[in-house]
Amino acid sequence: MASGLGDEQDRRQARQDPELLRRLLRAKDRMDAASHEEWPVGRLARVSHVSEAHFARSFKEAFGVPPHRYLLTRRIERAVALLRDSELSITEIAFETGWKSLGTFGRTFRDVTGESPGELRAREKASPHQRGPVPPCYLAAAHRPHLTIAVSEKRRREGSDSIPANEDNEPEGT
Amino acid sequence: MSQGVEVVGLYVRDQDEALEFYVERLGFRVHTDARNGHYRWLTVQHPEQPGFQLGLFAPGPPVHDEATAQALREVVAKGAMPPLVLVVDDCRAEYERLRAKGVEFTQEPVKRFGSVDANFRDPSGNGWKMVEARAVAR
Repeated sequence: MASGLGDEQDRRQARQDPELLRRLLRAKDRMDAASHEEWPVGRLARVSHVSEAHFARSFKEAFGVPPHRYLLTRRIERAVALLRDSELSITEIAFETGWKSLGTFGRTFRDVTGESPGELRAREKASPHQRGPVPPCYLAAAHRPHLTIAVSEKRRREGSDSIPANEDNEPEGT
Repeated sequence: MSQGVEVVGLYVRDQDEALEFYVERLGFRVHTDARNGHYRWLTVQHPEQPGFQLGLFAPGPPVHDEATAQALREVVAKGAMPPLVLVVDDCRAEYERLRAKGVEFTQEPVKRFGSVDANFRDPSGNGWKMVEARAVAR
């Protein structure tokens, strides 16, 4: 248990139990390893050995985004990689990355990346990256910024209703 | 070689636990385990890499005030420390061996970029990528 100054900033930034964080990280790792699977809060909470209400709140506090939104950005990140690096159709990629509906995939993809899956693929094909000589670790690191962009982009749009609260919900209207 | 990087350290939540993990599970060796009061300088070495030591350091006094130590413990537990890479001859074989020893893998071996890689974490949350050395380097 940490003692310390009880000022506002201190409480906000440095008051999560490391043991809890380690268990939350385990849930995040599980989503990373299988982002195409369904990860309802109950399943994640069990991984972290906490209650569902506690999990959702603690995860957002720890990682800056709610768990379902984190999962969604990972799915989009993976879809971007598949659009760029595979010959799979957009429909195949949608189902491969965990969406049940092509429409939801397309809308969410556009919300996060600012372009449609087809547009991104066309753009990538038009200007293929040179990546033969890049060592795999650097290559993996170079892929990371997509997540940052997605998260910040989503945060920027957080007030907007264009992103469904849950990726499985069909948004009402447009 | 007389010049170069000799020690790079990790923050760990518990040095005894980290020692057990890196030595008993990963197969590293203890290089230095020295105490001075509450401070413990602990480094381990890969058996095939005698010129390099991996430090296993605990946040806390006298190096850190308690608030800083707490912040570091949180960052480590969130898996937010920089990536670590372990090169092995056979990623799948090492995966099986380490998994049998209870190492927490976060990604099974995957073949890509002309190699095979897997991810694991130490008990504190530090993330390692285990990469198979490629037959043709560079």
